Amino acid sequence: MSLSAEDVKRIAKLARIRVNEAEVAAYQAQLNGIFGLIEEMQAVDTNGIEPMSHAQDLFQRLRADVVSEPDRRAAFQAVAPQTENGLYLVPKVIE
Amino acid sequence: MRDAAWGTPTCMTHPPRTMTDTLKSLSTTLAAGKASSVELCQDYLARIQTHNPGLNAFISVDADKTLAEARAADAQRAEGRGGVLTGVPIAHKDIFCAEGWLTTCGSRILSNFVSPYDAHVIEQFKAAGMPCLGKTNMDEFAMGSSNETSFYGPVRNPWDIERVPGGSSGGSAACVAARLAPAATGTDTGGSIRQPAALCGITGLKPTYGVVSRYGMIAFASSLDQAGPMAQTAEDCGLLLNVMAGFDTRDSTSLERPKEDYTRSLNQPLAGLKIGLPREFFGPGLVGDTAKAVEDAIAQLRKLGAQTVEVGLPNSKLSVAAYYVLAPAEASSNLSRFDGVRYGYRTPEYGDLTDMYEKTRAEGFGSEVKRRIMIGAYVLSHGYYDAYYIQAQKLRRLIANDFAAAFQQCDVILSPTAPTTAFKLGEKTADPVEMYLSDIYTIAVNLAGLPGMSLPCGFDARGLPIGLQLIGNYFDEARILGVAHQYQLAADWHARAPTL
Repeated sequence: MSLSAEDVKRIAKLARIRVNEAEVAAYQAQLNGIFGLIEEMQAVDTNGIEPMSHAQDLFQRLRADVVSEPDRRAAFQAVAPQTENGLYLVPKVIE
Repeated sequence: MRDAAWGTPTCMTHPPRTMTDTLKSLSTTLAAGKASSVELCQDYLARIQTHNPGLNAFISVDADKTLAEARAADAQRAEGRGGVLTGVPIAHKDIFCAEGWLTTCGSRILSNFVSPYDAHVIEQFKAAGMPCLGKTNMDEFAMGSSNETSFYGPVRNPWDIERVPGGSSGGSAACVAARLAPAATGTDTGGSIRQPAALCGITGLKPTYGVVSRYGMIAFASSLDQAGPMAQTAEDCGLLLNVMAGFDTRDSTSLERPKEDYTRSLNQPLAGLKIGLPREFFGPGLVGDTAKAVEDAIAQLRKLGAQTVEVGLPNSKLSVAAYYVLAPAEASSNLSRFDGVRYGYRTPEYGDLTDMYEKTRAEGFGSEVKRRIMIGAYVLSHGYYDAYYIQAQKLRRLIANDFAAAFQQCDVILSPTAPTTAFKLGEKTADPVEMYLSDIYTIAVNLAGLPGMSLPCGFDARGLPIGLQLIGNYFDEARILGVAHQYQLAADWHARAPTL
């Protein structure tokens, strides 16, 4: 498998990372090198093997539906780039 | 080093310490009233001030904060409320959120993030009364094996400043090796505690997945990330794990288990212990001084009564490939939170929302992090999910099964930690794949979720440290720490410190 420059641009778009033409060429070469390493996997027959997502057999714990955290909105918004009246500000999305 | 706020000048009211003290001996010093926590912290802060400019092991140091915590620890001891480590200082990897501390994860995108809360690990050390000496440098988002991907510049190996300390917990390893801190925390996703511990000549432990809470530890690959201790000795690592381990409801993968004493097997003799030697880890890739040092360590362990048995981990050769699908996939999901909206860096000029996201992330992340996010986005995308992500998860099962079979034949598994000793700065930065192969002996352990540690077992011809890896079965931390401690009673590699 080999990634084209268009593939790299598409992936960058999916990942919301701006790339310029020079970077596309560099990433294309590096990502293809990494995929060369990853391709080793394809030689192994894994028919009937259960995929392992996790080291431990876990179940989802549930907690009581009660308030457990204090209101720390001011402290958490103090580290945000832009807020107003307790809201996070971003460029307009809906006209 | 950023945001340094130095307190009052060091005032030596006591005989100067050698700075080779272990946590154990510092604890004794404090309990006997031979020094206060404030004095200990002043000594270490003075050493950091002198030597950190050359090593770049710390991102943040704040003497006023450290000394305030030291005064509180001294008061606790005076009132008889202190525990065994109360007043002993520790450095924390900059991946742990610590309230009021700049917490960068080695990235530009968090270069202005002063954490409003503490990670569970930080809470545990605060409750134990251990003052924080500072936040240590690391590969950006823990992605790297040489500490060269940090936004704050590379850490230098104190044994040879032209060489890397390993990574990603490179700052933690270097500061303990250089005796700028008696211990440090690290995190290990594919070898990030063990490989730098090996390259810097210290002892470090990655616990069983789920033993230490990940709450407040900035996520890289959530099914692999695990925090652990880094110190001079196995005994100190046991004392630190006693503080770090524990159930925490805020991490959904934290394991609810009875509290245990990780130092309980330190004095267990090795007679009858069965050590498994995986033939795949002693193949043609293992050469020279590293091979010799590991052979000598095996001979030493046999002299102490252990037996060795050859075991097979046939699928371990696929661990690097599987890891570079699974870890980037999880990272691309975890790092989507860094978008310039709720915290961290936002690009100064932007048009619409997508423009803001794309520029913020392009400017905020370094190239290794971007590469891994892109690999992750690709392997999770439509049409490739089964071929890559599911296939890697199946290999993960085969790798874990290999370990299960091997542990039918032995109590612990032994191997080298890293294929080489510390390499030169810049030597492997051009080719990501070559860098990834630094972790060939450590990655399988993370995929299986087992505990593993590295301890010093010798030096190469250049005088660079060599690390020995011990792998335990699930929840067998106490046993591998015990084996390491018995070795450290017989060998003194761990006691050697670099000349700065």
